[in-house]
Amino acid sequence: MQVHITVNGIDHGGDVEPRRLLVHYLREDLDLTGTHVGCDTGYCGACTVLVDGRPIKSCTMLTVQADGSKIRTVEGVADGNQLHPVQEGFWECHGLQCGFCTPGMIMSSVALLESNSDPTEAEIRHGIEGNLCRCTGYHNIVRSVQYAGAKMRGETPALGVTAEASS
Amino acid sequence: MYPPKFDYLSPTTLDEALSALSGAENAKILSGGMSLIPLMKLRLVRPATVIDISRIPGLDSIEDRGSHIEIGAMVRTSDTAGNALVREHATALAEAAGSTADLQVRNQGTTCGSIAHADLAADQPAAVLALGATMVAESTRGTREIAAADFFVDTLTSALEPDEILTRIKIPKGGRSVYRKLGRRGGDSDYPIAAAAVWVDTTVGDISEARIALTGVSSKPYLALDAAASVVGTDGSAEAIAAAASHATDGVVVLEDLYGTVDYRKQLAETYVRRALEDLLA
Repeated sequence: MQVHITVNGIDHGGDVEPRRLLVHYLREDLDLTGTHVGCDTGYCGACTVLVDGRPIKSCTMLTVQADGSKIRTVEGVADGNQLHPVQEGFWECHGLQCGFCTPGMIMSSVALLESNSDPTEAEIRHGIEGNLCRCTGYHNIVRSVQYAGAKMRGETPALGVTAEASS
Repeated sequence: MYPPKFDYLSPTTLDEALSALSGAENAKILSGGMSLIPLMKLRLVRPATVIDISRIPGLDSIEDRGSHIEIGAMVRTSDTAGNALVREHATALAEAAGSTADLQVRNQGTTCGSIAHADLAADQPAAVLALGATMVAESTRGTREIAAADFFVDTLTSALEPDEILTRIKIPKGGRSVYRKLGRRGGDSDYPIAAAAVWVDTTVGDISEARIALTGVSSKPYLALDAAASVVGTDGSAEAIAAAASHATDGVVVLEDLYGTVDYRKQLAETYVRRALEDLLA
């Protein structure tokens, strides 16, 4: 079936088999291998991309379902060589260890901060509830998102801030 | 993991979708795909034809119809959760939708899809049971209304015929409702190990009418009739609530799985009926 999909601002058209999953289309047809296949069952969120602004799991969406939509992947968040504040936050606050979940974490965090520029710690944890990380224990990921939020609000982000367990 | 091959149709009118469904052998309706696509990837379901209803205009709205609200077949779970009409008139459904699965799944999955799928531990079926909702099923043969109480037949089995599409849900206004659950990951995330949706009408002072539904507890979401009867005609005293909770699993076979034994789950069912009633009547 013919599809037309905009990925990171670039229009793509092509013929895809109806059973082709969006994550395979992104990784194999478009060579955008930043989006990862983790559990392949819709749980882990490593394959998270934004479809028309909303985070979804691309391993559980058919490419044909995304026909006509605008997609953002982790390759599309930086501005040239300038990291996106969320990427910078993960870098500065050690928000990753093995890095496998990171592309999905970043996309969920970008979506969260674009809809809520100053989330509480609880809102951050809810915002990444669909992304599993087996290394960090999430604390540094939360700090990374807090860093990014501060940066996006034009504040000076604090490094090594202890996440408030009670908020 | 690829799903097996299938023919894909994306009709742009409901009539086209209904004709395709009635004429096809082994066809499945795709709305968001959060249940269907994993089942196809695991090869537990092998439809010859997949009919994607997401391109049909008009199915994705939540409407105020005066005496009731209507939720269309393509309303995403996250939109149900955040909608002002649902939050006001069907609070239990807003809460159930908001605690379904995780954010990405709520963004893609639909409320009607979850109800048509009829998972024994899904959140939203309990809410529509408690709210006394009506399911509207359409086929080329006509339109049929099915009471929520008659809709959930068994595990993954609804009252829908193979040629019918659940096109909308009608939820009557009035009364107050809540949804309380214990999720598999603690808090209210993921599938419930046990959950209760409770609706009461207290417009005349005492509780004149009540419905209590449970999910995750038995082979299908169900109405606990004896539990509801225990609070009707009372002012919602602690004794009445305790009596209602004690009937939470009357007449059903309580499930056992790695999340809980029969005794534990029975206790959870009672606890969440009690908490839901306490929160609702506080």
